[in-house]
Amino acid sequence: MTAPQYGRCLAGIVRREALRWLNQRGRFVSALVRPLVWLAIFAAGFHFVLGVSIIPPYETYIPYEVYIAPGLLAMIQLFNGMQSSLSMVYDREMGSMKTLMISPFPRWFLLVAKLLAGVAVSVVQAYIFLAIAWFWEIEPPISGYLAVLPALILAGLMLGALGLVLSSFIRQLENFAGVMNFVIFPMFFTSSALYPLWRVEEASPMIYWLSEINPFTHATELIRFALYDRFNALSALVVTAYLVVFVALAVWGYDPGRGLMARRAGAE
Amino acid sequence: MARERVAAACGAANEARAEAPPLVVEGLSHAFGARQALSDVSLRVGAGDFTVLLGLNGAGKTTLFALITRLYHSRNGAIRVFGHDLQKDAQAALRRMGVVFQQATLDLDLTIEQNLFYHAALHGMPHGEARRRIGEELARVGLDARRRERVRLLSGGQRRRVELARALIHNPSLLLLDEPTVGLDMASRQFLLDHVRGLCANQGLGVLWATHLIDEAGPDARIVILHQGRVRAAGTRDEILARAGETTLKAAFDRIIADGAATAGGNPS
Repeated sequence: MTAPQYGRCLAGIVRREALRWLNQRGRFVSALVRPLVWLAIFAAGFHFVLGVSIIPPYETYIPYEVYIAPGLLAMIQLFNGMQSSLSMVYDREMGSMKTLMISPFPRWFLLVAKLLAGVAVSVVQAYIFLAIAWFWEIEPPISGYLAVLPALILAGLMLGALGLVLSSFIRQLENFAGVMNFVIFPMFFTSSALYPLWRVEEASPMIYWLSEINPFTHATELIRFALYDRFNALSALVVTAYLVVFVALAVWGYDPGRGLMARRAGAE
Repeated sequence: MARERVAAACGAANEARAEAPPLVVEGLSHAFGARQALSDVSLRVGAGDFTVLLGLNGAGKTTLFALITRLYHSRNGAIRVFGHDLQKDAQAALRRMGVVFQQATLDLDLTIEQNLFYHAALHGMPHGEARRRIGEELARVGLDARRRERVRLLSGGQRRRVELARALIHNPSLLLLDEPTVGLDMASRQFLLDHVRGLCANQGLGVLWATHLIDEAGPDARIVILHQGRVRAAGTRDEILARAGETTLKAAFDRIIADGAATAGGNPS
């Protein structure tokens, strides 16, 4: 296989993911409405309850809406990663995962291409959210809109890879409810998305440490800093490390000989 | 000199490969935990052969297809596609293979054309060539005029035709079909059978057609009878009838799967 052939394969997989996203109106709308509900209702309600002191990357006191916006961007990507996990389960049940897997390209490439396709969709969603959030006075510097792009890509890849790993474990479509309860909610709530970690540390050191090792915390902080033109090296490092681990696990999970596919097939 | 020797050796290997049959399965066994799904399965599909893999539900046909398409692999036995070992050179093997799975694999929310372009991309085909091949294959299955319709709007038989067209877009030389006629009406079933037999006769395509419907094995078919994960008999229709001492394929099939002794004569040619 030549480089242009790899390029065409990647483009085809991204195009299909985009078409599916556009065709599934419910997914399209809920992906936008969900973070806006948090912003418009939850953040408005907590506006006067929670005060956020000056912490990096902010240089002044900020309204609560401004604080949770990066966490909501990460949430868009978390849901998208899990939804691409759902789509893998759905794909597998519908059999179209087989279509992907019998492509003559190496399996690791097909999985990474699928991952990139999911990230492309999530980045578009994130920018649409940022455009709407501007009306809630979430107004990062113009350069921040550009600087956040690599952060969104890296965080999206990591959360998408986590989705891929989960999809290789999930046997049935219904189990997505379990993913919501045991992955999405715990990851979201034990992170810095809704409240600064120094506040969590005062309340519960254990939850603080869970939050510190939570990949979602670092995805959120990476995005938060990038949005205000700052680079959070620790978060970038942690997100990258989790990305490597999750991709390795996903490739292992979809390996025809060693992974879970063969064992799962036997159980069907 | 050394380079010439290597080139000569490569040339000889390529020549041997060019003559290698589309599909050779040798001594293939596969277990899911304690359950043995396939035991020592061997079969061969030659160029232009319409080979029917005949077996009841649960015989191991789908497992065999999953192994041949590398959805998972077995450590026991070998699968070669045009001489390419599936475990060592999967890319070369998969490039020449077209597959119609038992399960529906089209994306219902996309149009026929979008589904086929996706498949073409998975084989790295340039857009222009993909467009031409999609037109050709859809015309052959009588659906060219509906290429922009969503798959959801098609009947079961039409969806199967699209899947067949899709499996052929990248010009494979080996076509695998796993129970392709399940749930289809008589007309759609006959269309698929005639179309695929025509591909064998006119284009020299090697075909492995898995089914539990005995009448799909026509007089010209090579037949492999799979039962409880083992090849019980293989050969032409006449050879199978002679081996079972019966006059109809249905009776021969019933006798062979009922008669454990028939397994001794089950080595494929």
